Amino acid sequence: MSDTPVLKLADLPKAQGFALSEEERHEIEHALGHYPDGRAASIDALKAVQKHRGWVPDEAIPEIAKAIGISAADLEGVATFYSLIFRRPVGRHVIKVCDSISCHLTGYEELRDELVKQLGVQYGQTTPDNRYTLLPICCLGACDRGATMMIDDDLHGPVEPADVKAILESYK
Amino acid sequence: MAKIHVDGNTYEVNGADNLLQACLSLGLDIPYFCWHPALDSVGACRQCAVKQYKDADDKNGRLVMSCMTPASDNTYISIADDEAKEFRETIVSLLMTNHPHDCPVCEEGGHCHLQDMTVMTGHHSRDYRFTKRTHQNQYLGPFIGHEMNRCISCYRCVRYYRDYAGGKDLGVFGSAANVYFGRETEGVLESEFSGNLTEVCPTGVFTDKTHSERYTRKWDMQFAPAICTGCAVGCNISPGERYGEVRRIENRYHSELNGYFLCDRGRFGYGHANLKNRPTHALVREGDSFVTKHRGEGVNLGAQLLKSGKTVIGIGSPRASLEANHALRSLVGAGNFYSGASAQDASLTALCLKVLREGPVPAATIKRIDQADAVLVLGEDTLGTAARVALALRQAARGKLQTMSTEKKVPDWQAASAADIAQHELNPLFIATPMATKLDEIAAATLRADADGLAALGNAVAHALDASAPAVSADADTAALAQRIADTLKAAKKPLIVSGTGCGSAAVIEAAANVAYALAKLNAETAISLAVPEANSLGLAMFGAPDLDAALARLNGQEAVVLVLENDLSRRASASALDAAFAQSTVIAIDHQQTATTATAALVLPAASFAEGDGTWVNFEGRAQRSFQTYDPAYYDRHVATQESWRWIAQLRTALGQPAWSKLDEVIADAEAAIPALKGIAQAAPNAEFRIDGAKLARAPQRQSGRTAARANIFVHEPKATQDPDSPLAFSMEGINSTHAVERPAALIPFAWSPGWNSPSAWNKFQAEVGGAMKGGDSGVHLFRHNGAAPYFPLRAAGQDGLRLLPLHQHFGSEELSAKAAPIQERTAQAYVAINVADAQRLGIEHQSQTRVEFGDYSLSLPAKVRVDLPAGSVGLPAGLAGIPPLVAGAAVRLGKGG
Ligand code: SF4
Ligand code: SF4
Ligand code: FES
Ligand code: FES
Repeated sequence: MSDTPVLKLADLPKAQGFALSEEERHEIEHALGHYPDGRAASIDALKAVQKHRGWVPDEAIPEIAKAIGISAADLEGVATFYSLIFRRPVGRHVIKVCDSISCHLTGYEELRDELVKQLGVQYGQTTPDNRYTLLPICCLGACDRGATMMIDDDLHGPVEPADVKAILESYK
Repeated sequence: MAKIHVDGNTYEVNGADNLLQACLSLGLDIPYFCWHPALDSVGACRQCAVKQYKDADDKNGRLVMSCMTPASDNTYISIADDEAKEFRETIVSLLMTNHPHDCPVCEEGGHCHLQDMTVMTGHHSRDYRFTKRTHQNQYLGPFIGHEMNRCISCYRCVRYYRDYAGGKDLGVFGSAANVYFGRETEGVLESEFSGNLTEVCPTGVFTDKTHSERYTRKWDMQFAPAICTGCAVGCNISPGERYGEVRRIENRYHSELNGYFLCDRGRFGYGHANLKNRPTHALVREGDSFVTKHRGEGVNLGAQLLKSGKTVIGIGSPRASLEANHALRSLVGAGNFYSGASAQDASLTALCLKVLREGPVPAATIKRIDQADAVLVLGEDTLGTAARVALALRQAARGKLQTMSTEKKVPDWQAASAADIAQHELNPLFIATPMATKLDEIAAATLRADADGLAALGNAVAHALDASAPAVSADADTAALAQRIADTLKAAKKPLIVSGTGCGSAAVIEAAANVAYALAKLNAETAISLAVPEANSLGLAMFGAPDLDAALARLNGQEAVVLVLENDLSRRASASALDAAFAQSTVIAIDHQQTATTATAALVLPAASFAEGDGTWVNFEGRAQRSFQTYDPAYYDRHVATQESWRWIAQLRTALGQPAWSKLDEVIADAEAAIPALKGIAQAAPNAEFRIDGAKLARAPQRQSGRTAARANIFVHEPKATQDPDSPLAFSMEGINSTHAVERPAALIPFAWSPGWNSPSAWNKFQAEVGGAMKGGDSGVHLFRHNGAAPYFPLRAAGQDGLRLLPLHQHFGSEELSAKAAPIQERTAQAYVAINVADAQRLGIEHQSQTRVEFGDYSLSLPAKVRVDLPAGSVGLPAGLAGIPPLVAGAAVRLGKGG
């Protein structure tokens, strides 16, 4: 249970008067061109906004939904389903630790504990210097290399607790 | 038909069903959550597992989801198998992992499908010891309460709200063990059919908020088989009463009409019956105020007034029962009885009646609308005038899904596969109305036009279908659209035409009839649906009585005694016309509401609300349905003089020395004899002598508690339960209650309950096939059949130019009685005037600016809504809203800037 961060809605930052930037709008329209149905562009559109802002604020949902022609409730369903669409601000680097079964057998718990110790934050939290955010993730498809983790787009594994410090240092 | 073998027994079932539906239809109990007869199967909850065997010799078998397995011939299954039982018990315990076990404070408790299924599977004790996930709840408006912790993630809510009802603002968020059903941000649920969530959700997540404040368990309420008076669809409802108040309304299943679903006006608009300002005693005018009198004094005074030697006339009402209207007619004499509908409403309703009764096309039931595969809507925004039709039209469009999946040999109950096959494909729905409607989003094409333009389109379609239909000159666009509509309707198997009195135009109704008539020559499956103004408009039209305007012309300021029945005349005629006509009249008003008419009466006699009296109503397809009394208000306060209008009139007759009826069946027999068109209404329900095993049928559940103490605060002596001379129902838990003993006639089932089935799912037990017709047949009787052939209606001359009034019927607020309910008022818009953008520019009227609106002898100041969809020349006013006087469609209007 200690893995579960407590989400306090009141703590979430609010983006007042949200508007999509020209670039975001352009990328969303580009994505729309790939599909016969606006709904299919949901993930691309969310990723476009995340690319520019690092995360997808609540206030962005109705705007993106309008841009792709589906209801906000529909888009919110997609935006809360996928764990790689971030709904809170994240640090410069996002660490995703595989907590699925193979990695559980090959040292996940030690790896997690070491990360928590080094970073001083729990899952779902960001270090005060805004450098790292720590998240659990399900199987990264690299079971033969457990225990694994992914930092930004890089896969690391097998990772021994002793390797953690050096790996973290390489992300400025 | 298919033979299936269940636990060693062989049964005949419908082979097109899935095993769950087939077994439930046989009366066998299999627990389930995500399946619903109207929503079909997705196999999401895994609760309905049974063991299936390859053949008679297979001893091992495998677990299958019964809702996802066809009931094909020679299927061998076991429900009782130990492994299947254990699996089902495990599933319910998993689903209950995060459930708060808060039944004692949960408003679903006692009519909860989750409770019933948990008991059925034998999951008796909680075995999850850890912290449960919790959710924050949302404010969803005045109708629906939200308690997400109780969710078992069955997905029924979103499948109903989004897929079935076309709602946009309810979604499912998150994933895995953290799934949330609600709005993107909290706020009022927008769908006009949101109330059905309270029944679709098998748990206490979505509950009836209007019931919440004065809550009573289902087992402690008293019910009756009643008919909704919110519009002329006549949905079947089950009002629940406790301590002399209607506490809530639930759906009462009818396979041809409402099915499982009501609209929010009908479900949440009952508050008028509980208003504290209702008349409950005879009120006698003394100067400027009323003095309270007993029933007998009221009757005597009324009789004196009627004997005064002055002309006596009676004004009936389309919101009163046939019996009440007939009683009044027989008291004053046919020559002195007026329908009480405005001249326009009366003539348009009479036209609809003529089309349905003399035309070659049957009036569509809701079920028939569901099944239509091509629809032309001409002039009617059904959401405002016959809401359940709007929900059915969505099913008609969605019907494409069934056709396409059948073509691909996927059973149509495979909801997810069918949706994947159909994607966004819909059956064609053409919507030609003065203003945009909510259904436009699923329309194949829309047309915005005034009555003349709509009639022209309709007649062009009719002519394109049949060259002998009157030819109309239409512009190229209209002609092209008409040809497209004609081709589509012609290609359809079950085409449907929808119209009605909503836009106030006889030309539109006639054009719709012409389309239907032309189509009927090509396709005998053609149907028509015509919305009429009020719950009993069609029934009243069958009296053939002159209208309210004729009554006013007759009165013309002369001395007279006028008996006004359940009618607020100020909603139907202008104040000046009423003042002039009634200048020398003495009014006796019989009503259950305080109205502008009761305020001017010399004598007010308190009538029964829909929950306090019985009566027969004729719906928009000509079906007579009996609505039964839910409770006796005098049981809680014996001084209360409230009684059915026909009883007041019977007592007046007795006081005048005339023979009178003493029970409902006598009024009904008399009405049938006096008005040939009403012949058959007695068959709408069994009469008061009907018994099962010599007993009456109970209005209250067997376990109702505290009936004997319900009025102990008044007097310790317990009176005997009120006797009911008018129906075979008893005001008690004593009497026939079971689903097993005998098949009860559908018209006499006050609420859904069967042993082990406390939720609305208990309807399963009353249906011949689950989701199909009731065992004893669905209730109600058609008073007429369509006819062989009828001539086309000739074209009418175009209406006059200039700015013309267009009544806009609102789902919330336009209907008189529901508009008095507080939760409906919360959803009712402020009065406004809708103006076409070109008209507004010409007159210099800005959007939302205060605008002067003048017509007849009214001069109103209203905020303007400048609209592009409204045809030029049409001035829309929301009918029936506070601050809006009676409207005559097509009347000349003047608009001016400023208040
Ligand atoms: S809210 Fe109710 S209907 Fe919706 S998923 Fe949960 S239990 Fe099912
Ligand atoms: S559609 Fe009409 S009859 Fe049916 S519930 Fe709504 S208001 Fe009542
Ligand atoms: S379980 Fe960790 S990568 Fe597959
Ligand atoms: S009812 Fe069959 S899986 Fe849910």
